[in-house]
Amino acid sequence: MMPTGLEAIASTDLPPLTRQRPRALWAAAAVIGLAVLLPAGVNQYWMQIGTLAFVYWVLIAGLDLIIGYAGQLAVGFVGLLAIGAYTASILCEKASWPAFAALAAAGAAGALFGFLVGLPSLRLKGFYFAMTTLGFSTIVTQVALGWERLTGGGIGLPGPMFPAPLDSPVGFYYLALGMALLATYLLRNVAFSNFGRGLVAVRDAEVAAEAMGVPITRLKLVTFTLSGILAGMAGALFAARQTYITPDAFTFDLSVLFFIMVLIGGRGRIVGPMIGTLILTLLPEIAAPLVMWSNFLYAVLLLLVVLIVPGGIAAFLERLFVKTAKGEGLDAPAPERLNAVLGQHASPKVLTLQGVALHFGGVRALDGVDVAVRPGTVHGLIGPNGSGKTTLLNAVSGFYAANSGRIVFGEADLAARPSADRAALGIARTFQTPRVVGNLSVLENAMLGAYRQFTTSFPAVALGSRHGVIEDRAIRQRAADALAAVGLRRLAHLRAEQLQHTEQRFLEIARCLVMQPSILLLDEPAAGLSHDEIEHLQALIEHIRSLGVAILLVEHHADLVFQVSDEVTVLDVGRVLAHGAPAEVRINPEVINAYLGA
Amino acid sequence: MLVTILVAGIAIGAIYAMIGLSYNMMYSTSKVVSFTPGQLGMIGAVFGAWFIGVLEVPLWLGFLGAMGVAVAYGFFTELVAVRPVLKSIEQHLYVLTTLAAALMIQQVVAIWWGTDPRPFPTLFGLGAGLASEKYWLPVVACFLAFIGLELFYRKTLWGAAFIAVAEDAEASRALGIPDVRIRVVSYCLAGFIGALAGFMGGQLLLAFFALGATLTFYGFVPIAMGGIGSNRGALIGGFFLGILQQAANYFVGGVFVGVVTFAVFITLLLLVPRGLFGSAVARRV
Repeated sequence: MMPTGLEAIASTDLPPLTRQRPRALWAAAAVIGLAVLLPAGVNQYWMQIGTLAFVYWVLIAGLDLIIGYAGQLAVGFVGLLAIGAYTASILCEKASWPAFAALAAAGAAGALFGFLVGLPSLRLKGFYFAMTTLGFSTIVTQVALGWERLTGGGIGLPGPMFPAPLDSPVGFYYLALGMALLATYLLRNVAFSNFGRGLVAVRDAEVAAEAMGVPITRLKLVTFTLSGILAGMAGALFAARQTYITPDAFTFDLSVLFFIMVLIGGRGRIVGPMIGTLILTLLPEIAAPLVMWSNFLYAVLLLLVVLIVPGGIAAFLERLFVKTAKGEGLDAPAPERLNAVLGQHASPKVLTLQGVALHFGGVRALDGVDVAVRPGTVHGLIGPNGSGKTTLLNAVSGFYAANSGRIVFGEADLAARPSADRAALGIARTFQTPRVVGNLSVLENAMLGAYRQFTTSFPAVALGSRHGVIEDRAIRQRAADALAAVGLRRLAHLRAEQLQHTEQRFLEIARCLVMQPSILLLDEPAAGLSHDEIEHLQALIEHIRSLGVAILLVEHHADLVFQVSDEVTVLDVGRVLAHGAPAEVRINPEVINAYLGA
Repeated sequence: MLVTILVAGIAIGAIYAMIGLSYNMMYSTSKVVSFTPGQLGMIGAVFGAWFIGVLEVPLWLGFLGAMGVAVAYGFFTELVAVRPVLKSIEQHLYVLTTLAAALMIQQVVAIWWGTDPRPFPTLFGLGAGLASEKYWLPVVACFLAFIGLELFYRKTLWGAAFIAVAEDAEASRALGIPDVRIRVVSYCLAGFIGALAGFMGGQLLLAFFALGATLTFYGFVPIAMGGIGSNRGALIGGFFLGILQQAANYFVGGVFVGVVTFAVFITLLLLVPRGLFGSAVARRV
């Protein structure tokens, strides 16, 4: 559908992304051709079912972003459909607006309410959020029933009429097809962009997403707004197709149906939910004698899909068509490729902690710690378990707020900044247990590092901005270089969850490097690594340092720390026990007594 | 007027509070917030009306029958919609499976019982007007359920085992407490409590298939208010909501009761996501 995506691949030395093969383009062309020719081959009855499938798809394309990509269990999308339908119908009926203006207004109303429906998702998860959306959809129907002067109450009102030739069944079919294609285009652009990767990261590894600088609030809200626009416009089309709407048309069962369409297709995919929409629109027509049981069957279907095929049709298709390679182990790392990754990286900055204290209840995890990490140096941070090393990293990257003391990075006082903003300032970190986004490819995981460097806006990306594609290509190249540097070049096309634990550690480092950070916080990077891998790691750390990056290294592997560090700080029960050059610290009797042992 | 609002509000509130207790009971042993408590209330009302009103069995038998159906449905929910998704609870798949379980029973009842509300028979014929049994039965039942649960938790060995599983299912298993069996029993017990709400409140609610969806939502508002897991919170929240709804019904009209409820619900959730009596947030990193 989008030639630009393919060019982007061809111009690099990367393994092709399985999602964008030419074969997929041919399949898309064939499906569109079939859809265009359909009215010539079937009677009006089947054509109208096709129209309905397209109308549903306009909504589902947006819902897939919410359920599939962002992982938000919004079970009340029928409310947005109703709002779109009523907005368009009321404007046409009571204010004599032209149908296309009403369609646009329905999209605008959908945007507003999509935004509102999304707001609770910032604080609520799972059942709680699902319940707010369910409540919302119930309220919409109740208001439609109660506000008779505007909505006609239970009697309803006529839907919008599109001008000729779109008022005929064939004309309207093509209008719906056009809108469905537009929705697909928007979904595809967002899904394969920076924003799509960000959404999946928020879904599967929220903490990692924050650490990479993904602005979760804004990303969720803008996604809800887009899906609201699509649902609102789907509502206007739905009303036009029905020709007459009453609150009965928007029962909760329809919401469940939408949900199953996405789930059965496969969350976070495009073709799967498309097939799901088609099947579930057709199903009631084929199974007409069972109409009384349809809602029961939907419920059974929902249960079965979740329990038996959680990946939906998409997972099934992928098993058929996509070869999954096994992990082959790390390559020899190529640290020299770091020069290309960190090339024009941000200005060198000093990280300073002054008297930082942090309590959990009565436990003083940090009790007045002073540390300074300078650009182009490695600062080793060691100490017994529970001495506050990881707490210190969390305070720097913003997951905990210090109770007192100052944390300054360059010129900026970090106190009031959320973690995502600290990432944008150039603070990158890894985690003790690697936090990678299992469902994204290794390459896509690495690309997440540059999230904050994309300048193209969400709407521009959705509309297929050329600039966004060019930016994406540059970041992809940088991510490939970073992967080569850490030794993951050959594994770049695998899903991150297919990597071994140690490989995931190196992936986290690559992801941080793509960020072009000023400081890199490493939380026990050598844990679980083999002797050879530790040597790789050491070479890598030394090379990163030589490029002017500051490194704060938390590690239990004392040999590594003393070999690679320029300065070492020893923590014990939240306080600095010793600080100085590695050689001094190593022979400090207190340190030997508390931590190193004789 | 005020008296009517209070009496009806407290009666309705007691029903919501019992649905809330049912939510808490399921949550305590499984950490699952289920979509089914409202359906349990619906079962209590519909099957109560069927046994007593249609089949004309004796009162006690009708009561046991309706409770039995709800207990069986609770058992079914645990088996089909909860147990299979407990391993990956962080994915919140139980939202979907319990929703499916709720929709299944709703549709079966809609087909079998019909989609029109039918009256619930008078049980004892005690009291008239505002002192009618339809107002005080749910309140009595609610307090009995609440006190019964307190006694159960504090005085019995089984109750202590329940608390242990609620605190930490894995650790209790290590101590030899049969955590799976306790979870199953808690779902059956939740079935009983939920159905009690529908049965005792049947004369107010009517025997109606769509009751389940309404009660699921209105019964969750007290939970959101009081914090999940807190029975006291559910009780206070339930009575608050019942009175609020009756007042809204009187002052702004029946159609907008839902709107008012939703407004309160969403405001509370956003201001105090853990509820007034809820527990602290777990660490993320």
